[in-house]
Amino acid sequence: MTWGVEHWVGLAVLAVATFALRLLGPWLAARIGGGARAESTDALLAGLAVAVLAGLVVTQSLFDGRDLVGWARPLGVVVAGLLVWRKAPFLVVVLAAAATTALVRLLGLS
Amino acid sequence: MRSPYRTDGLADRIGHRIGSPWQDVDRRLLRDVLLVCAAGAVVGLSFGAVAVASGTPLWVPVLLSVVVFAGASQFVFVALVTGGTAPLVAAMTGVVLNARMVPLGMGVADVVPRSGWRRLVAAHLLTDESAAFTLPRRDPAERRAAFWLTGVLLFVLWNAGALVGAVLGGTVLAAVDPGTLGLDAAFPAVLLALLVPALRTATDRRTALAGAVVAVAAVPVLPAGLPAVAAVLGVLTGVRGWSRRRAADTEVETDVEAETAGGAS
Repeated sequence: MTWGVEHWVGLAVLAVATFALRLLGPWLAARIGGGARAESTDALLAGLAVAVLAGLVVTQSLFDGRDLVGWARPLGVVVAGLLVWRKAPFLVVVLAAAATTALVRLLGLS
Repeated sequence: MRSPYRTDGLADRIGHRIGSPWQDVDRRLLRDVLLVCAAGAVVGLSFGAVAVASGTPLWVPVLLSVVVFAGASQFVFVALVTGGTAPLVAAMTGVVLNARMVPLGMGVADVVPRSGWRRLVAAHLLTDESAAFTLPRRDPAERRAAFWLTGVLLFVLWNAGALVGAVLGGTVLAAVDPGTLGLDAAFPAVLLALLVPALRTATDRRTALAGAVVAVAAVPVLPAGLPAVAAVLGVLTGVRGWSRRRAADTEVETDVEAETAGGAS
């Protein structure tokens, strides 16, 4: 892919915003206190991350843009899910997902 | 390790001198941190390899790892961008994931120096891992040691992993079509590996399910990348659960405070 100006902007926004979020926590703690407040904010934001990650997992597994991707990729992700559930190491999960998808494609299913 | 005559105030001031946090690193902490950071290096390696194999220039995963230094958001940004999502949308999705840095930062605020360049460095070293090793500790010097040790070690290993992975991705994997290697399944697999451990309560699972449903429903109507952002609506299903958990947390918090107060007197 070509890395254009808009990609640079996206990268910069992610980096700067992430850094700002990292500074915001200690700054807020100095003004409104850490402890209990941090925990209640944490519960809500953890929920936010869970929802977005779940949304990403399904959309990235099933779609390319608006088109369904076929069987190979979802099957790879299902295998990954089983391995995560069985608490397999991270690298095993990723390699097994890719290998499953590659194998299914090799067998002729897209 | 801990001098009997040292007061918290003194420990506080000593801690701000360079080098002194390392005195409080004990063996077990070092071993645990090494294990976690080695795992981080492996994740960084897969990030670099998958990113380059998916078509980014070699320096992209390397630069992202240094300046963003937050694994999930890096994976998401690269996955969305290589999939054709507008980079700004991809960045915003990553930012939503990194919003958890705020409560983490509030929780470990005491180990972040008050001002100067060391404050900026400490902020950048804030990760799930450095917070996880810091939060359970009480002693200010131990907290500071745990935070800096984890932060620095993870930063070094994470970026080394990303660099090696990117080079591998650019040489070994570049000759083959990423589809043939099944690499398109690697991104969602990684995200799943990050998601599942976070599903601890029924509320978590309901939120995840709702997020997934909203995202899929949004695919036909929203531009690429945005459906996953729309998934934040899934958090609404958990509102009652979250507030209940908050109430439970407050009770625990009060207990801990009472206990601490009792111990200190």
